[in-house]
Amino acid sequence: MVRFGSFEMEFVKRGASPRYLAYLIPFVAVVVALLAGSVLLLVEGVDPLRAYEALFSSAFGTPYSLSESVVQATPLMLAALGTLITFKAGFWNIGAEGQLQMGALAATWATFVFAGYPPIVMIPCIMLFSFLGGGAWGMIPAIFKVKLGADEMLTTMMMNYVAILAVVYFVYGPWRDPSAYGNPRSPLLPLSSRLPVIPGTRIHLTVFVGLAIAVLLYVFLNRTKLGLEIRVIGANREAARYAGINVFKNILIVTLIGGGIAGLAGMGQVAGIFFSLPKSVSPGYGYTAIVVAWLARLNPLTIPVSAFLFGGLLNGGYGIQMAFAVPIALVNAIQALVLFFILALSIFYEYRVVFRWRS
Amino acid sequence: MVQNIVVGFLSTSIAVGTSLLLGAIGETFAERSGVMNLGVEGMMIMGAFTGFLTLVVTKDPWIATLVATLVGGLVSLIHSFLSVTLRANQILSGLAITMFGTGLSGFLGRPLLGASAQGMPAIPVPILSEIPYVGPILFNHDPITYISYILVPVAWLILFKTEFGLTIRSVGEDPAVADSVGINVYRTRYLCIFIGGMLSGLAGAFLSVAYARMWVEGMTAGRGWIVIVITIFSMWNPIRAVAGAYLFGAVSTLGYMFQGLGVAAPSEVLLMLPYILTIVVLLAVSRESVRKRISAPKSLYKPYVRGER
Repeated sequence: MVRFGSFEMEFVKRGASPRYLAYLIPFVAVVVALLAGSVLLLVEGVDPLRAYEALFSSAFGTPYSLSESVVQATPLMLAALGTLITFKAGFWNIGAEGQLQMGALAATWATFVFAGYPPIVMIPCIMLFSFLGGGAWGMIPAIFKVKLGADEMLTTMMMNYVAILAVVYFVYGPWRDPSAYGNPRSPLLPLSSRLPVIPGTRIHLTVFVGLAIAVLLYVFLNRTKLGLEIRVIGANREAARYAGINVFKNILIVTLIGGGIAGLAGMGQVAGIFFSLPKSVSPGYGYTAIVVAWLARLNPLTIPVSAFLFGGLLNGGYGIQMAFAVPIALVNAIQALVLFFILALSIFYEYRVVFRWRS
Repeated sequence: MVQNIVVGFLSTSIAVGTSLLLGAIGETFAERSGVMNLGVEGMMIMGAFTGFLTLVVTKDPWIATLVATLVGGLVSLIHSFLSVTLRANQILSGLAITMFGTGLSGFLGRPLLGASAQGMPAIPVPILSEIPYVGPILFNHDPITYISYILVPVAWLILFKTEFGLTIRSVGEDPAVADSVGINVYRTRYLCIFIGGMLSGLAGAFLSVAYARMWVEGMTAGRGWIVIVITIFSMWNPIRAVAGAYLFGAVSTLGYMFQGLGVAAPSEVLLMLPYILTIVVLLAVSRESVRKRISAPKSLYKPYVRGER
């Protein structure tokens, strides 16, 4: 029971949570976060109604803006799917950002290795390299966790910083394109590595890869023995151990797959958007992905929707950055607010809240 | 010449380590009460931002420091409300604090970019700063650094020698037992998280008001995460946190110095050093055997619900 003066609030445990909550809570969280964001806009002296109108029209207003929202949603979807599978196993991997960077690095390297091969060879190879690059980066914290007991939140976060600096190192150092002034990047990648796009848009192959992975992950987690084992580990690691499940092996598999999927997001940016390795591959997709995954309640089939919403928010954010000179950091703050409200409202899944006034 | 370099190196290591030390003392309170707060980075950057903003407006570094400290505490209330009252996941709640602080300070801090202000000056301690070697290394800093010196024994005394410290530790070990002897678990946790938030805010003020004396977006650069590792390294003991904080301070300083001396290592590799060291330190202290001997507060990460076990 919580008491503020004569106001009382009590949480009463409930049996099953009503189904509508799974839709209502994310919806309310997003709406309230946007309302809170409007306070920030007021502080900056921008009319929130006009800013949000511009945000929504530059995110969803025209077919082209919709397509650009899909472009932003693509890395979010992959990074969120990668994060999701590790969360399912109770492994608090917040390293999708670093895994994405490593995937981008590995994909770039693959284009050098397989230069001269046609797309039919090149594209599968860069995908494989980025998957392995992100996956390897994802597995290291798992080894640290299981063998030495090092908290994965901390190791994955530290490795994000290392990965970002590694990309900067390659872009300024060994892979620097001498002809790219001012905006350091690697040389342009061979044409054979460019991912196919939907004509007239920047939507590239990766989005379809992501949608396929979403379905595959759903089947994997819900219909296979390994998927069941992973969910058991996530629910109770000790119980899983007693049940004879090999926790180490499963966590390695999960982090390889999760890191690999996040690595594909980096590949998509390199081979589908920039056509080179830029200094800044990601504006923090890997962190937004955590909010995306949580908003989707760790359901792979809901991830594309939640990723599209946040892709739109990001795309719209870039729109109002240009129109109103509102910094894109606003979008980051709104994302965090969404997570706050989701976390706050999640108590309703398990508890009813009873309010009382005592006279 | 060599002496000057060594004295300069150690003095800078202390300066770089101070924000880490302040943060780690604060996080020790939160974790001792059983709450992991991964939001240190967010609270620290909000402290750095609001501290510098206040400095530019009021021109008074002390008011700036005070405001930053309070803002750190206020931001921590979000974590308390979510993870203590609403029993939300402590990991995600802390992460959200970090994302929120980074985003909000980046959003509101834009007008401050490039602004300069008279920060908090270094004040040599009379007499003590005259001691050869020790004086220039330890006693030629700004007042926030001296505050951090004083906070170390004070925090240790509170945690281990007072009734209140016993309350905190018992809440962190077994909240149900603490509750049964009449301790208000929720209030204790709120208070400890608030202390942690205030010290993170103070650490942020140190960065922007006393050390760098400017505002740069994302200027905490992961220090909040290093703070959490130092807290583990210190085995939740403020005195041991001193060693951890200055060790990290020294490694970061070494990176800058190598750069300055023109050592032929790429600057990115040198910048990676603190993060890599963090991982190495974490691995060293996390080994299960070591961990059992030092034992983390047992209820860490677990929300307390009265009457449920």
